[in-house]
Amino acid sequence: MTAADFSILLPEVLLALFSMTVLLLGVYGGQDRLASLVNTLCVAALLLAALLIGMGEGAARSAFGEMFLDDAFARFAKVVLLLAAAAVLLMSRPYMERRGLLRFEYPVLVVLAVVGMMVMVSAGDLMVLYMGLELQSLALYVVASLRRDSLRSTEAGLKYFVLGALSSGLLLFGASLIYGFSGTTLFSGILSAAGEERLPPGLLIGLVLMMSGLAFKVSAVPFHMWTPDVYEGSPSAVTAFFATAPKVAAMALLARLLFEAFGAAGADWSQVLALLSVASMFVGALAAIGQRDIKRLMAYSSIAHMGFALMGLAAGSALGVQAMLVYMAIYVTMNIGTFAFILSMERDGRAVSDISSLHMLSRGAPLKALAMLVLLFSLAGVPPLVGFFGKFYVLKAALEAGLGWLALAGVIASVIGAFYYLRLVYFMYFGQEGEGLDRAMAPAQRALLLGAAAAMLLGVINLFGVDGAAATAALALVE
Amino acid sequence: MANLLSIITFMPLVAAAIMALFLRGEDEAAQMNAKWLALIATTATFLVSLFVLFMFDPADTGFQFVEEGAWILGLRYKMGVDGISVLFVMLTTFLMPVTILACWNVTHRVKEYMIAFLVLETLMLGVFMALDLVLFYLFFEAGLIPMFLIIGIWGGKERIYAAFKFFLYTFLGSVLMLVAMVAMYVDAGTTDMVALMEHEFASETLSLLGFQVIGGLQTLLFLAFFVSFAVKMPMWPVHTWLPDAHVQAPTAGSVILAAILLKMGGYGFLRFSLPMFPIGADLLTPLVLWLSVIAIVYTSLVAMAQEDMKKLIAYSSVAHMGYVTAGIFAANQQGVDGAIFQMLSHGFISGALFLCVGVIYDRMHTREIDAYGGLVMRMPRYALVFMFFTLANVGLPGTSGFVGEFLTLVGMFRADTVIATIATSGVILSAGYALWLYRRVVMGDLIREGLRAISDMNAREKLIFAPLVAMTLLLGVYPSLVTDIIGPSVEALLSQYHAALPAAEVVRAGH
Repeated sequence: MTAADFSILLPEVLLALFSMTVLLLGVYGGQDRLASLVNTLCVAALLLAALLIGMGEGAARSAFGEMFLDDAFARFAKVVLLLAAAAVLLMSRPYMERRGLLRFEYPVLVVLAVVGMMVMVSAGDLMVLYMGLELQSLALYVVASLRRDSLRSTEAGLKYFVLGALSSGLLLFGASLIYGFSGTTLFSGILSAAGEERLPPGLLIGLVLMMSGLAFKVSAVPFHMWTPDVYEGSPSAVTAFFATAPKVAAMALLARLLFEAFGAAGADWSQVLALLSVASMFVGALAAIGQRDIKRLMAYSSIAHMGFALMGLAAGSALGVQAMLVYMAIYVTMNIGTFAFILSMERDGRAVSDISSLHMLSRGAPLKALAMLVLLFSLAGVPPLVGFFGKFYVLKAALEAGLGWLALAGVIASVIGAFYYLRLVYFMYFGQEGEGLDRAMAPAQRALLLGAAAAMLLGVINLFGVDGAAATAALALVE
Repeated sequence: MANLLSIITFMPLVAAAIMALFLRGEDEAAQMNAKWLALIATTATFLVSLFVLFMFDPADTGFQFVEEGAWILGLRYKMGVDGISVLFVMLTTFLMPVTILACWNVTHRVKEYMIAFLVLETLMLGVFMALDLVLFYLFFEAGLIPMFLIIGIWGGKERIYAAFKFFLYTFLGSVLMLVAMVAMYVDAGTTDMVALMEHEFASETLSLLGFQVIGGLQTLLFLAFFVSFAVKMPMWPVHTWLPDAHVQAPTAGSVILAAILLKMGGYGFLRFSLPMFPIGADLLTPLVLWLSVIAIVYTSLVAMAQEDMKKLIAYSSVAHMGYVTAGIFAANQQGVDGAIFQMLSHGFISGALFLCVGVIYDRMHTREIDAYGGLVMRMPRYALVFMFFTLANVGLPGTSGFVGEFLTLVGMFRADTVIATIATSGVILSAGYALWLYRRVVMGDLIREGLRAISDMNAREKLIFAPLVAMTLLLGVYPSLVTDIIGPSVEALLSQYHAALPAAEVVRAGH
């Protein structure tokens, strides 16, 4: 019995063991001499895990009495976040190396965070959920303050930690209420305890508290305050990680909790999500307009995008979950490409992040500028780029669920949001001649930037089959 | 030849890709290569599109050359043309080589410029051929990207403001259409436009935020599409982006904008608004007609006060588009025939007028009317061409401008005499501003020192105008070339539209 249980957990266990091993390797190598090797090993391990999980077929399985679920939904989310983490590690090596930041702890912590996320998306129990979440969060607190001698970076780490602890507190409080009122921590048990009628007030309060805690993790308004500061303060490579994998994991966890444990109370949580969604879309769109720092700008952009993904969840249907998954996959790809570019932004060897440094990029580096142009229009959701299809799926799910007002608000926010993406295009293409950026770009970063841009263009043909996989995943979650 | 339409649509895109991948360098030879490649690609597209025109059977009112294939999320890749769209396809392929020739003098980032125009051609052709809602939206909206770049990179002094205004204005208009499209998809369960034309959307009165919406879903969908197309047309009062965009866009950009992009709005009304939401359209016809005549009279008056030649022509475009919308919503054979005719003819005439401005702008680098005068002394051939198109713009019998205006006015008269009477006054006003412009620029004494050395049109410029003059005259003296092709399809459209109208009476009677 235990062997069977562990075989389901195998990828997580192996990855955790692997991270311990490379940690030892790093320690015995001494003084970060093996950091670059550790980084490469971690990338390979993450890719291998993604491959293993991606190839894995078959019906949904569960381990340890439904505490740990392995279904198509979990597999989809795991593949996305593993690939995202691998891409981030790949492109952050040159960046970290140039700044003397490449410590062997960084890739190890990222892998540990990924293990946490994998547990999160597979959680079938409140305890497992919390364990995964904390493993992820603790690793992230440390990497946020990776640049120990920088005031900004330590400030970012501290802010993230304090607010993260607060959100964990909310989440735990909600979980304990739910446990108290339903008598179980298993999602399936909560579902049957909640019954078909209206939720008892205790469960309802517990649910809202847990949603607040998770909204903090996906940085949905009004729990978004940490995002711009942490994005700006952390080293760019870490920011790239924050913007991608943890968002997928938290979003998937939210979907898992809502559908598996509170599937019968859709009407209750749908309106909360709708509110979070509309607030995120508008705050994300409006607040980004005033930003001069590209990392802060991307922070608000991710807030707005989370608003759209939440719109899919708010629909409360299989189609909505599918839309959310497709949206997240597209969002991650776009962000990987954009951050590959941000990591390469240097002038005279020093990293810059002011958007005015993009002036006339199209002259100095036409290919880079073109790739960014594609990514920015995709982020804005202009067809024929793939970003548009993400929005289209979500809008369809929302309208089918009768959330017409939310869809309308969403498209209006996306027009406002288009302004700041266009402004970046303006700097790159219409700006004045100024001090340009250095032309050099590490091969890994260049490959990821161009690859992401090409995916945005060519995805119009068949979305690389992501929609089909997402449909299977959504059906696994919502019967 | 099963994929004829796709071949035509994507030929320019392939040329653009070749140019992007294989053309290197910024020297003069590379620039000439880019221009020649673009010219060859657009000419070839035009020649291939002639097959469509010759093989097109006007008597068949359904869609022809239909291609269909599976796409993502249950959407279909479906293309086809009918009598309404085929001539817009021809207009696009015909004008593109002319446009490319018109930017022969450009020396700033030529390769990118040519790529932008080639991509734009693919997207414009796609709009007129797409038979799937989302495919249509994709082409319709994607056209904003190259046009945004064309205005922003190669435009005039205030180009940034104009480019942003153009993009955001049209984007806002079309996202509402997107929501409406998704709503249609949800309601009808398909995005196939042919099936949607058969689908009857609900028209029961519904209450929204305490308002009673007469005509229900149809009215709401109609309004969402209307906003998008009205911005694109553009109709008064959402026309304000157009003068800015025109003035700041480079000459070739203005030509494309006026000659083809504006026609997407009119095409959209014919393709979506009338056949899919007949009850909504019928209920809101008075609104559209009044907006149209206000546009005709008001923007004609505004045109009279302009100091900038391009702005004047831009306002005159808005006025002429007023005839188009009024003709379409008169909803009778003459009106709709006239509207399509007017759109095609305006494509040639306004395109040519912007090219006329371009000719002297290239020489003097100003569009101020006051900076000119007495050009006829130095540029007799130019004066002749400019006069020809000025008169065509006014609607002189014998030019295509007359046929379009006359037919739409007849259509309007049958629908509503008051509207027709007011709209007719626009003919006089247009003669006023157009002839006054001509008088100030071409006639009079040559008093500006700078103009003494100005040279007349060269061979390339004559070559650009020749086909436009020919088409304007040909359609002016032999309009049935067009009406024979569009007639049956328009008739089918209108009979379907009128068949749905008794229901509109019922809806009205309910209130």
